[in-house]
Amino acid sequence: MYDFELVKPSSVADAAAALGDEDAQALSGGQTLIPTMKQRLAMPSKLVSLAGIEEMQGVAVSAVGGIRIGAATTHATVAKEVAGSYPALAALADGIGDPAVRNRGTIGGSLANNDPSACYPCGTLASGATINTNKRAIAADDFFVGLFETALEEGEIITSVDFPTPSAANYQKFDQPASRFALVGVMVAKFDDGVRVAVTGASESGVFRWSEAEAALNGNFSADAVAGLSVSADGLISDMHGSADYRAHLVGVLTMRAVAAC
Amino acid sequence: MAQVSMTVNGKAVSGEVEGRTLLVQFLRDQLRLTGTHVGCDTGQCGACVVHVDGEAVKACNMFAGEADGAEVTTIEGMANADGSLGTIQQAFQDHHGLQCGFCTPGMVMSAAALLKDNPNPSEAEIREYLEGNICRCTGYHNIVKAIQAASDAQ
Ligand SMILES: Cc1cc2nc3c(=O)[nH]c(=O)nc-3n(C[C@H](O)[C@H](O)[C@H](O)COP(=O)(O)OP(=O)(O)OC[C@H]3O[C@@H](n4cnc5c(N)ncnc54)[C@H](O)[C@@H]3O)c2cc1C
Ligand code: FES
Ligand code: FES
Repeated sequence: MYDFELVKPSSVADAAAALGDEDAQALSGGQTLIPTMKQRLAMPSKLVSLAGIEEMQGVAVSAVGGIRIGAATTHATVAKEVAGSYPALAALADGIGDPAVRNRGTIGGSLANNDPSACYPCGTLASGATINTNKRAIAADDFFVGLFETALEEGEIITSVDFPTPSAANYQKFDQPASRFALVGVMVAKFDDGVRVAVTGASESGVFRWSEAEAALNGNFSADAVAGLSVSADGLISDMHGSADYRAHLVGVLTMRAVAAC
Repeated sequence: MAQVSMTVNGKAVSGEVEGRTLLVQFLRDQLRLTGTHVGCDTGQCGACVVHVDGEAVKACNMFAGEADGAEVTTIEGMANADGSLGTIQQAFQDHHGLQCGFCTPGMVMSAAALLKDNPNPSEAEIREYLEGNICRCTGYHNIVKAIQAASDAQ
């Protein structure tokens, strides 16, 4: 790993100023960024740690109803703190990686990274959450642009995420046992104004909404309603852990399981 | 270079580190606490697990500078004050929870973190908690037995 300067601001404003430098990069839990730097796939000259920024920590009931999660909140804290208010999201956070990863990794880091097999992008999209940055609020539908790509601009910091709470929801993760990410993951969330279904681990362009399943579930919220549906294997990930056809099959099965568990 | 200070196993320590110095490098190379092992260096195997402010973390996936001011506990801090093995360590010895011993420091630190939150875990809970600790020798069975015994003994 190349050397760099580590700075630890205590406010979002100071972090934003530090990120104004060329080759500066945000460091949150480091669970993705540090391994990436070891491989020299990232070579920042300055790392701006977000961990000490109080206003980016913790879980609160948001002004608009639902839950606001600070972007620097760890997976372990989310798992504990939203267990009562949004159990499906707590279970999602509790299933990420392993306990030591959950003690460091954060929701903001996961969303900014937008790994095509990550859990939080799926939970965020299925919830129709809003991603707040130091500059604006971005709807989850507009945030995930593609493989490891988001709507974030250079130096823009995710500060918090607002989750409306669904009346019922469930996340089904089919583990890829070596990486412990999702081989495929499906989150189903039922709101008064409709059902949202998001799929991770499957598409080469990252997390996506399965609108056909949403339409079927809006008419009849039962596993049977999606039993006959399938996604096309075109554009799905195919690797040594699972073919595109296998992933397409998993999307259907996991969606049925998620609905049944709602 | 930057100055870092932290408490390691109850003792105040400090040193000069680069930005890129990992916590595990600071512990092993500067403090010579070589009980914490590096298996994979990619955050996968758990051989490097230590406690930072009471929570299990992978010391290969955290910078020393991030632990500035923190309370750190390593495997060297798990023995009793008289130097005899702590309860979890003794249980690993009694139940043959190790063969080569390479993964053992991380296993013991993870077990300690689990038992702190959940003093009476079920076998399934123990196995699930150890998801991030890989052992290539024992097949986990005796490790799980050791942790069950430590839970009973505590
Ligand atoms: C062994 C292992 C298993 C894992 N298993 C899973 C899994 O099952 N599911 C899953 O979803 N993930 C998994 N992960 C990834 C883990 O959840 C990471 O914590 C997460 O992807 C990144 O979060 P972080 O806080 O560590 O971010 P970092 O690694 O610090 O940063 C990641 C990227 O996001 C940027 N960034 C960080 N915070 C912000 C912010 N607030 N605003 C803007 N940009 C920011 C950084 O600059 C960097 O580019 C696993 C990781 C490991 C090591
Ligand atoms: S050496 Fe840190 S997880 Fe393997
Ligand atoms: S005892 Fe050898 S790796 Fe676990």
